[in-house]
Amino acid sequence: MALKIIVCAKQVPDTNEIKIDPVTKTLVREGVPSILNHDDANALEEALKIKDQYPDTHITIVTMGPPQAKDMLIECLAMGADAGVLASDRALGGSDTWATSNALAAAIEKIGEYDIIFAGRQAIDGDTAQVGPQIAEKLDLPQVTYVEEFKLADDQKTITVKRQLEDGYELIELQTPCMLTAIKELNTPRYMSVGGIFDAVKVEIPTWGAADLGVDTDKEVGLEASPTNVYRSFTPAPKGKGEMLSGDSEKEVVDKLLVGLKSKHVI
Amino acid sequence: MAVNVINEKCKGCQLCVKACPFDAIDMVGKLAVINSKCTSCKVCVSKCPFDAIEVDEKEVEEVDLSAYKGVWVYAEQRQGKLQGVALELIGEGRRLAREISAETKVYAVLVGDDVKGLAQECFEYGADGVYVIENPLLKNFTTDGYTKVLKEAIDEYKPEIVLFGATHIGRDLAPRVAARLSTGLTADCTKLDVRVSSYIDYANKNTTLDTSTLDPNSDDTGLKQTRPAFGGNLMATIICPRTRPQMSTVRPGVMSKRDRHEGATGETIVVTPNLGDADIRTKVLEVVKSSKEIVSLTDADIIVSGGRGLGDASGFELIKEFADKVGGVVGSSRAAVDNGWIDHSHQVGQTGTTVKPTIYFACGISGAIQHLAGMSSSDIIVAINKDPDAPIFEVADYGIVGDLYKVIPTIISEWDGAEALFHATEEKQDD
Repeated sequence: MALKIIVCAKQVPDTNEIKIDPVTKTLVREGVPSILNHDDANALEEALKIKDQYPDTHITIVTMGPPQAKDMLIECLAMGADAGVLASDRALGGSDTWATSNALAAAIEKIGEYDIIFAGRQAIDGDTAQVGPQIAEKLDLPQVTYVEEFKLADDQKTITVKRQLEDGYELIELQTPCMLTAIKELNTPRYMSVGGIFDAVKVEIPTWGAADLGVDTDKEVGLEASPTNVYRSFTPAPKGKGEMLSGDSEKEVVDKLLVGLKSKHVI
Repeated sequence: MAVNVINEKCKGCQLCVKACPFDAIDMVGKLAVINSKCTSCKVCVSKCPFDAIEVDEKEVEEVDLSAYKGVWVYAEQRQGKLQGVALELIGEGRRLAREISAETKVYAVLVGDDVKGLAQECFEYGADGVYVIENPLLKNFTTDGYTKVLKEAIDEYKPEIVLFGATHIGRDLAPRVAARLSTGLTADCTKLDVRVSSYIDYANKNTTLDTSTLDPNSDDTGLKQTRPAFGGNLMATIICPRTRPQMSTVRPGVMSKRDRHEGATGETIVVTPNLGDADIRTKVLEVVKSSKEIVSLTDADIIVSGGRGLGDASGFELIKEFADKVGGVVGSSRAAVDNGWIDHSHQVGQTGTTVKPTIYFACGISGAIQHLAGMSSSDIIVAINKDPDAPIFEVADYGIVGDLYKVIPTIISEWDGAEALFHATEEKQDD
């Protein structure tokens, strides 16, 4: 019995590279690379490790995004995934997490059978950690988030995971099918292989629009259907610049600092 | 609420293209065209010098939301102990409730097995009432069990707002509950407002937002949920206009507890959940408290953080020595965690812990926006960095350009003499 795994991934801007233009106070996007979201790479890696053990495992990557998100799918294929699906349609634009999970759940249902769905815990551009659990809800699956250790029993149905907590962990057992969200402690993602890249470009990646997904563009996906809307957006006001301390020696500088802290009654 | 370009007014200046955080505006010939990446964030509207971009604030379909009343706080407990964030949110929930109206109440919601004893603590921190949902099957947190009982209680009692701590449990539970209710959820909020007037006050004090289009006398009492996006590079205020309840998660340490009122009491509502074994599809085999040192960054008065500038993992030995000297807790930047120099539990920032200590020492931290997002509300920030152009100096109250391996040992050796030094300086000034 071959296992079927679906991995949910997102192409994101590398938010570490984003800066704010000091004059216009707007984001500088130019030259910011688009990458496979970090936690999603861990999600894919865990699926690939299962495939290492059971080579007949079939891994499908699913993503929602603009047409260029296909590049990320090719990267995932080059790492070792078998198939990729892109959900892309102008009607999906502006979806919040609720609407996004409707689109992705519909895509997963269209893919068909699955034993395990892996997703990253959260994407670095939104940091919400909501889409994984909300897909699980739409598909009526049990979920475990913040997975830091994963074990599949020999029956290929029973899963034991360690779920990270702030002050420890929970050891949880569950059965397939299920949704698991990965964090970076789970594993170290592999690199693309040369052979993988060669094969990846030959894989046909279907693009599914709202009609293919069978989702209602008034009620289920897109800006209008999303329960949350943006009221206003802005860049944070920079805090006023403080005092730069200088002196002829470290001692002189540090003494100025300590006097400053004392005068503000914080030490 | 779509954003549209008025073709007749667009001059093709491309200012909006540059301003858009989402790469959602293309130039087609000399005309700006909004593409499918648009999230209606409205950043472009104010950037257009020709008023050529308008927001189509479509009349919100009249939905009767008036049946929903009161503010709920999910009072997260683990092994029978209330989490600090629950108490913080009871304080915040009470503030929001009173902002809605003098009669609006805040309720804490306790879910677990034999947890009613925690109600008293909830009252003392400001809850007007407490819902108690108990069942032996709720002894340990499970997504399935807790989602079911909370969703059913919300259906029955209809709160207008539900707040959760953005803990590893809250961030697992809240999205699931929101999806089952088909309502909106906003993650990791750093500011909540009900009245437009208080939102204007907040925006004017803390942001670059032009508030002239907002009406301070508006009777809108929808929840305005402000959160960082893009790793803290952009702030967005999110609303949930057509569905109830309005749900948010809030990071621990962001809101403040109310002073405790010993002996305070309130109404207790016991909810009997409808729950069976078959409803819970995960089995918690074990809950393990980590033996590793528990880092309580959120409660720390002083935090000493190290970053990439330390050079290697051994730099944290000096940071630890520094922290011990000043009675502080060790923090770190994401770069140091990613390099494997220190455990992620020490990480401060957008993807780590949000902190607001009295003093934050940033040592060898350049100040990536995602780090600043987690520490810029510290009372006093002291930055030590070799690079005089490091962005951390933009937010620092005191900046020292220099080698941290020389500066920190000097602080350690001088620290105890600070008092004497201060008096000596004062006397000099008196002379």
